[in-house]
Amino acid sequence: MSGLFEIPVLGIIFQLLDFLINVFTLNGVIILALTAPLALGALCGVMNERSGVVNIGIEGMMLASAFAGWFVAAVVAQAMPGSTPGPLFGFTVPLLIGLLAAVATGMLVSALHAWLSITIRADQIISGTMINIVALGLTGYFDLLLSQNPFPSAGTFSAFDPPGWLVDLPFVGWLFRMFLNQNPITISVIVLAVLLQIWLFRSRWGLRTRAVGEHPKAAETVGINVIRLRYRNVILGGVFAGLGGAWFTLDFGNLFQNGMTNGRGFIALAALIFGRWHPMGAFFAALLFAASGSLGIAIRTAPPPGQLGELLQSIPEQVLSALPYIVTIVVLAGVVGRSIAPAAVGQPYRRESTS
Amino acid sequence: MTQSSRVAEPVIAPALEMRGITKRYPGVVANDAIDLRVEPGEIHALLGENGAGKSTLMNVLYGLARPDEGQILLDGKPITISGPSDAIAQGISMVHQHFMLVPVLSVAENILLGDETMANAVFLDREEAHRRIRKLGQRFGFEIDPEERVGRLSVGWQQRVEILKALYREARILVLDEPTAVLTPQETKEIFAVLRRLKDEGHSIIFISHKLYEVLEIADRITVIRRGKVVGSRLPSETNEDDLAELMVGREVQLTVDWGESHPTDVLLTVERLSARNDRGREAVRDVSLEVRAGEIFGIAGVAGNGQEELVEAITGLRTPTAGRILIKGADVTHEGPRRLHQRGVSFVPADRHRFAVVLGFSIADNLVLTDYYASPYARGPVRDDQAIQERAVEAIGQFDIRTPSATVTAGTLSGGNQQKLVVAREFDRELALLVLDQPTRGLDVGSVEFIHRQAIAKRDAGTAILLVSAELDEVLELSDRIGVMYRGRLVAILDGPTADREQLGLLMATGGREQAAAVAGAA
Repeated sequence: MSGLFEIPVLGIIFQLLDFLINVFTLNGVIILALTAPLALGALCGVMNERSGVVNIGIEGMMLASAFAGWFVAAVVAQAMPGSTPGPLFGFTVPLLIGLLAAVATGMLVSALHAWLSITIRADQIISGTMINIVALGLTGYFDLLLSQNPFPSAGTFSAFDPPGWLVDLPFVGWLFRMFLNQNPITISVIVLAVLLQIWLFRSRWGLRTRAVGEHPKAAETVGINVIRLRYRNVILGGVFAGLGGAWFTLDFGNLFQNGMTNGRGFIALAALIFGRWHPMGAFFAALLFAASGSLGIAIRTAPPPGQLGELLQSIPEQVLSALPYIVTIVVLAGVVGRSIAPAAVGQPYRRESTS
Repeated sequence: MTQSSRVAEPVIAPALEMRGITKRYPGVVANDAIDLRVEPGEIHALLGENGAGKSTLMNVLYGLARPDEGQILLDGKPITISGPSDAIAQGISMVHQHFMLVPVLSVAENILLGDETMANAVFLDREEAHRRIRKLGQRFGFEIDPEERVGRLSVGWQQRVEILKALYREARILVLDEPTAVLTPQETKEIFAVLRRLKDEGHSIIFISHKLYEVLEIADRITVIRRGKVVGSRLPSETNEDDLAELMVGREVQLTVDWGESHPTDVLLTVERLSARNDRGREAVRDVSLEVRAGEIFGIAGVAGNGQEELVEAITGLRTPTAGRILIKGADVTHEGPRRLHQRGVSFVPADRHRFAVVLGFSIADNLVLTDYYASPYARGPVRDDQAIQERAVEAIGQFDIRTPSATVTAGTLSGGNQQKLVVAREFDRELALLVLDQPTRGLDVGSVEFIHRQAIAKRDAGTAILLVSAELDEVLELSDRIGVMYRGRLVAILDGPTADREQLGLLMATGGREQAAAVAGAA
């Protein structure tokens, strides 16, 4: 195979392919883990936008949930010390209660967004922006208060340990490792994306949701309650944002940091659009963004040998750090023009007069 | 009357009876004690001008508006309808004028929506639904692919989907709101055949229209509404178009206006081998050539979406053609923008006045100078002259009979007819070379239509070249001196206006003349 690398010009492309495959197979686990918050945020977006509500507040929803999950878990852990981790995923009572708190927070913030967007008919962009700013400000403030009197975190979930023979299988073993050797929230992402994909396109709920996002009046004339369905979907979307938030402080890490979502809620929106508002499309878009981040790190820390390595290392470090964002911009510029949003997205629905 | 039918009469209750329906909106009585009886297996036409109260009455029936007084009886039993789902559950379905279909969903998904055929508690049973839809289509004489996206169907087929939607819900009473407004004469015939079939199966149909000849052709009984009241009920056999028009408008109406002869002179507009793309980058206008002379109206007929919109935009400088030339008075204006064209004496009344012609939030006065605000007398240098603008507005309001409390109210507060008069005032009232009218009377009442037609003829007689695009074949036929038919972006035929035949035009609109050519070839 290395003979291929020696071909002039073309050789470098083979070297690059080899490097990419290596990065992906070796770092599959971390790539999928980093995909999780992006994909969960995008699924939240699917729930909102498919039913006709714009949600740019995913960032803030995840941040609020991250804080709530971490805080509640830590408080419970302090109240009941010595709880032993369960055999699977290291479940403990504080962690589970923290997870519930994160999900509840996501739903609560979503309910606020639903009320502003659907009942008050406020500008949905403003509502989302408000959520982002308030979440950043409030969590930062609480974090500051708590940091004066720090208390231990409740730890994190732990990874599932798949049987060795499975992950050592030739050619496909790395895939099993990537999808199974994971913490619970990360594992749930692919399951949720598949389920949502099927639900959206095969179920009654999915048909009605798509109709409400495209042409709410048509839905109303066949007796569908547009307002109620939008409320339900936006609030259920908050479950995904809540899980995404919990990923930061209960699954991937165990501490809250000010502004730790760090723009992932917005990259999730890009994944939503790049994925054409399909749950699976959004998942794969999120995977692409996460993989490009890993690639940037791999180039810096473990560059390939030879010609290619020299070439890649000549790229400034800042460019490599910005790789996921560059990929986002390129992808959005190249694809979004052709990606068509649900027709009624962002338009508040006003019922016919029934007075 | 035979004895048996007299005995039977009280036994068979009407399929639907609306008694004394009154609906008031602030300042208006939309429905004033309206009575309507629809028998089983009857096509009942509801005739009236825009704003007469037909839609309100049907919204009451469909549960979209709650009546202040009155009663609805189904098979003689009083019912209450508090929403569309109630109406559907009682067997009442409505085909709205603006189709209530979701373009990105399939035919089957649109039909199922709201009344889904389920495989289990969660998932749809597509196989069964597709089978039932195919069967239903065949029963009424058409083959339909349940998996086709609705957005890719022609309007005629979309209408069939709407009807299927109603039948799938086992509707016994079907309301069709202006079903033929967007159809070609051929499509109208086909839909009428479907309606007759429905009637034979015992369905009752309420057919809303303002086209008199259609109502006379299809209806078993005609009820006329004017200003919220029933003003008459007729059998088609005992009435005619003049009688119905008089009932509808409340005064004698001259239905076929003779607008007098035209006297075309010099060619003012020349379009040479023009091609243009639509917004999606597809070729929408293909190799179109035409000439319009001073003092003539050139009408363009065609089913909506056959390139008329793009042709008009190219001529008015809103769209850059990909090939060909446009000449006005012999000068090449192919690449000139709207303002330059305006200065050359080109005026444009667009089809969608809210998007292109009127700023709803601006005052009437400001709207009247939208095309000239930058020049004398409405501006002195960079500063506008409010007094001149105000004077202009007062003059136009009087001259064009725009019904408004003052020139300073916003255009959005005007009725559709008065908004269009505003546009007409701005675009007509100056020295013109070319006047482009795109659907100038869409959605207007008879009075406003007549007014705008009269103004157009006056401009024609004053020596303006007029290009008229309309989806209303009647309008094209009434006004045009010559008629061009557009089909898939091409101008497939140019006919003499006064002698043009409605059937022939309809066929050209529907097929582009291919069937005709085939028929000729077959005969030869």
